[in-house]
Amino acid sequence: MKFGVVVFPGSNRDHDAWYAVSRTLGQDCELLWHDSESLGNCDVIILPGGFSYGDYLRCGAIAKFSPVMKSVKKFAHDGGLVFGICNGFQILVESGLLPGALLRNRSLKFVCKEVELRVGTADSPFTREASPGSILRVPVAHGDGCYFADERTLDQLEAEDRVAFRYVENPNGSLRDVAGILNEGRNVLGMMPHPEDAVEPLMGSQDGLVIFRSLAGALAGAGK
Amino acid sequence: MSAMTEEVIAAHQLKPDEYERIVQILGREPNLTELGIFSVMWSEHCSYKSSRLHLKKLPTRSRLVLQGPGENAGIIDIGDGWAIAFKIESHNHPSFIEPFQGAATGVGGILRDIFTMGARPIAVMDALRFGRLDDRKTGARNRRILEGVVSGISHYGNCFGVPTVGGETVFESCYDGNPLVNVFALGVFRHDEVFYGRAKGVGNPVIYVGAKTGRDGIHGASMASAEFTEESKQKRPNVQVGDPFLEKLLLEACLEAMHSGAVVGIQDMGAAGLTCSTCEMGSRAGTGVEIDLQYVPQRETGMTPYEIMLSESQERMLLVAEKGREAEVLRIFDKWGLDARVIGVVKDDGMMRVKDHGEVVAEIPNRPLADEAPLYDRPHGVAPYRTAPMEGPAFASRDLKSDLLQLLGSGDICSKRWIWEQYDYLVRSNTLAGPESAEAAIVRIKETGTSVAMSLDGNGRYCYLSPREGARLIVAECCRNLSTVGALPVAATNNLNFGNPERPEIMAQLVEAIEGMAEACEFFETPITGGNVSLYNETLGEAIWPTPVVGIVGLMRTAVPVGIPFRAADRDIVLLGGMGDCDPVRFGGTQYAKVVIDQLWGLPPGLDLAYEKRVQQAVREIVEKSLAESAHDLSLGGLAVALAEATFRGIGAAVELPESALPPELLLFHEGPSRILLSTSDVQQVEDVANTHGVRCVRLGRTVKDGLRIRKGSTTLIDCGAQEMKSTWEAALDRLLQHRDVR
Repeated sequence: MKFGVVVFPGSNRDHDAWYAVSRTLGQDCELLWHDSESLGNCDVIILPGGFSYGDYLRCGAIAKFSPVMKSVKKFAHDGGLVFGICNGFQILVESGLLPGALLRNRSLKFVCKEVELRVGTADSPFTREASPGSILRVPVAHGDGCYFADERTLDQLEAEDRVAFRYVENPNGSLRDVAGILNEGRNVLGMMPHPEDAVEPLMGSQDGLVIFRSLAGALAGAGK
Repeated sequence: MSAMTEEVIAAHQLKPDEYERIVQILGREPNLTELGIFSVMWSEHCSYKSSRLHLKKLPTRSRLVLQGPGENAGIIDIGDGWAIAFKIESHNHPSFIEPFQGAATGVGGILRDIFTMGARPIAVMDALRFGRLDDRKTGARNRRILEGVVSGISHYGNCFGVPTVGGETVFESCYDGNPLVNVFALGVFRHDEVFYGRAKGVGNPVIYVGAKTGRDGIHGASMASAEFTEESKQKRPNVQVGDPFLEKLLLEACLEAMHSGAVVGIQDMGAAGLTCSTCEMGSRAGTGVEIDLQYVPQRETGMTPYEIMLSESQERMLLVAEKGREAEVLRIFDKWGLDARVIGVVKDDGMMRVKDHGEVVAEIPNRPLADEAPLYDRPHGVAPYRTAPMEGPAFASRDLKSDLLQLLGSGDICSKRWIWEQYDYLVRSNTLAGPESAEAAIVRIKETGTSVAMSLDGNGRYCYLSPREGARLIVAECCRNLSTVGALPVAATNNLNFGNPERPEIMAQLVEAIEGMAEACEFFETPITGGNVSLYNETLGEAIWPTPVVGIVGLMRTAVPVGIPFRAADRDIVLLGGMGDCDPVRFGGTQYAKVVIDQLWGLPPGLDLAYEKRVQQAVREIVEKSLAESAHDLSLGGLAVALAEATFRGIGAAVELPESALPPELLLFHEGPSRILLSTSDVQQVEDVANTHGVRCVRLGRTVKDGLRIRKGSTTLIDCGAQEMKSTWEAALDRLLQHRDVR
């Protein structure tokens, strides 16, 4: 079983994700350079938080053209597990791997705080060890986290049980309190909050660990 | 080249005798480029010419100090082969002219100071001072400056990926036309990863990396060395523009290049840009550096040598590589998409030689330029400037509860959540205590079992009343903050913000403050390993209050930190250090005097250094033994405010004050130091520890389910619901920011 964390120029929570996987979860984890199409035989690809390519045009809009994303798209289409956190979520919607868009926070300000998330579904490799309806305390840290999609898409996400997490108290104006969503194949998850920053008692919460445990469990179940 | 006219010399803020010295050094008249180079290197900002004599009084050594002042940042040994580098720096003048970019580039500058030494930045804090937000005349501008500064810090730090973990924000009218933006940064590395800004090795290539050079920030250093006048509003182009994304790439590329072993020395281009890095690297190594400007990557066309040498474009570094390994270094920067060009070579002649397409345009000996700026022993044999009276007005509270609420809702005491929620204080997942959660910010070092606690403190009010006593108090307070979370204070950095040193009564403030700080730092064994002096903080002849700011770091074992709020009901509440002492004269600098009485008089609170040290030893032992469930140092607003703040997690307090000759206003709100509020389930042991250290420990009462009740004898002084206090405290800054003038 091997995790990969993509490093774009401007990624800054690559270290956090690497630490959560390799040190807390105790799994093999490799850093993948944006300029290469190789995914290093990883079984899960994490797109970490940060400001890829400076995010000067629109968050995630330049990252989608990077060589590594070509491989990530193919990997996802083939059923590989892809997990986008914060900027990673923005890259996933820009790449068309997830529906909708992430707009500037309703407050127009960056917001960093601990929030409560309600688990929407346990029916995914990312949440299989969480109970639906349970509450996770994890931080958010973003300026553009307001999830937006048209009504039909939102209805469809809900009908297909693809809203993985909802904010208990909405920090950014996301429609229907959406904090994280799955793709149709349920092998791609994007979320704005940072579970990788809540994996140890020293971090004030270890509620985020359940996602990484779920992934490890899903891979172990698949014989990896 | 003909002799310089007096106007040209004056325009470069050089005095006639300084010009004479330049002619002496060169053995000829300087040309315009050389004059510009001297003017920035000998500016107050770069040369510390007014303060250097007195800065020598500060202690700079201890067994843990690996690097003291003189380099880009101080370095402290934290054990296990690891070290930290840290420093504070001001960006006051640019932040007034253009708040967003001024503050953003302030963050960028100090981060480069840290990673140019090889350390990865892991924490930033900011000490911010603004004019009053609700002032009828200046409030709107002050609010705009605050919002700009905060978003500038947020923009730069968040994108760069360093957590902004704490700081302080203060509002006083004296900062109306002169906000203070002091940024502290701290980084971590191994002992064998330390780099210095030295151009060693004759024949080694000199490489320019990072952003292209433009015309921005020309003369920024000399701007920061002059008072504000009407004309300075025209100086906006002097403020640099920052690009945190570029800085992040620069960080990663520089660290990678350093680890390759091909880098000999490296220095960032901060104030005075290419000029400063070139001559300082040469001077430190005792070598010469020769560069040719045709190779400097440029953003604009037609730039003169004068402009290129004086540009303060951000996100640039100068490094010296090992001869023959240039290609290796260039490849690393290319991987990160950064410009890198060999622009020169290290020589053996001690000269800074600047060529343009092969033609020499400036030739100056390094050492006199970098290290032999004129030194001034400016007159200071007068009393430090102050107009406040010694005696205050007679006063009696009408309602102590509403006084408390008024304090909780005042600018200096209220929650700064509106500010710090805009900062990413968690990135890198090391933050054990972020803003407003404990007395000090705490960041762990993952590679060792050690954590670093850090705190920033200043108090212009105290220092205005007595610069010497005020400076001692802020050092004591800062060390107390660290001790309250269980950390041992080990080293300090300082930012000295003062007015025009050419006025003896201002110079006297500076001298007294430095001496007070030296005494306290010596006493607490926290040597000053570096820092910054910001003078000429005056607008239209009005100086700011003397505002030294100190940042101190402490070391502790990594553990879940003890926080400010009470955590459970039915615990004993004790005041370690005792009730403290005060009289009406020593009450004049308190927040009560400021907020409730609206006056300033007298002297700052009295401080007994030896007793303070014992209190700190006691609290460290109490915290280390896990005897305290919560710990809160008494500072602004005194006992009542500390008690109120400790109830914000929903657990209240029922307090019975001991007999005292002090009137209730003083007893509740005086700011006497050496006091820490603790809650504990083992009061006996806490008292035992206090006894061992010869420290008073007063049982104040018990924690309860809700609210704050303070009684003295049969009188109830304050009875207030926790929610009322908390919402007043939380909503205040929002309210102040939305303030609209009523006409």
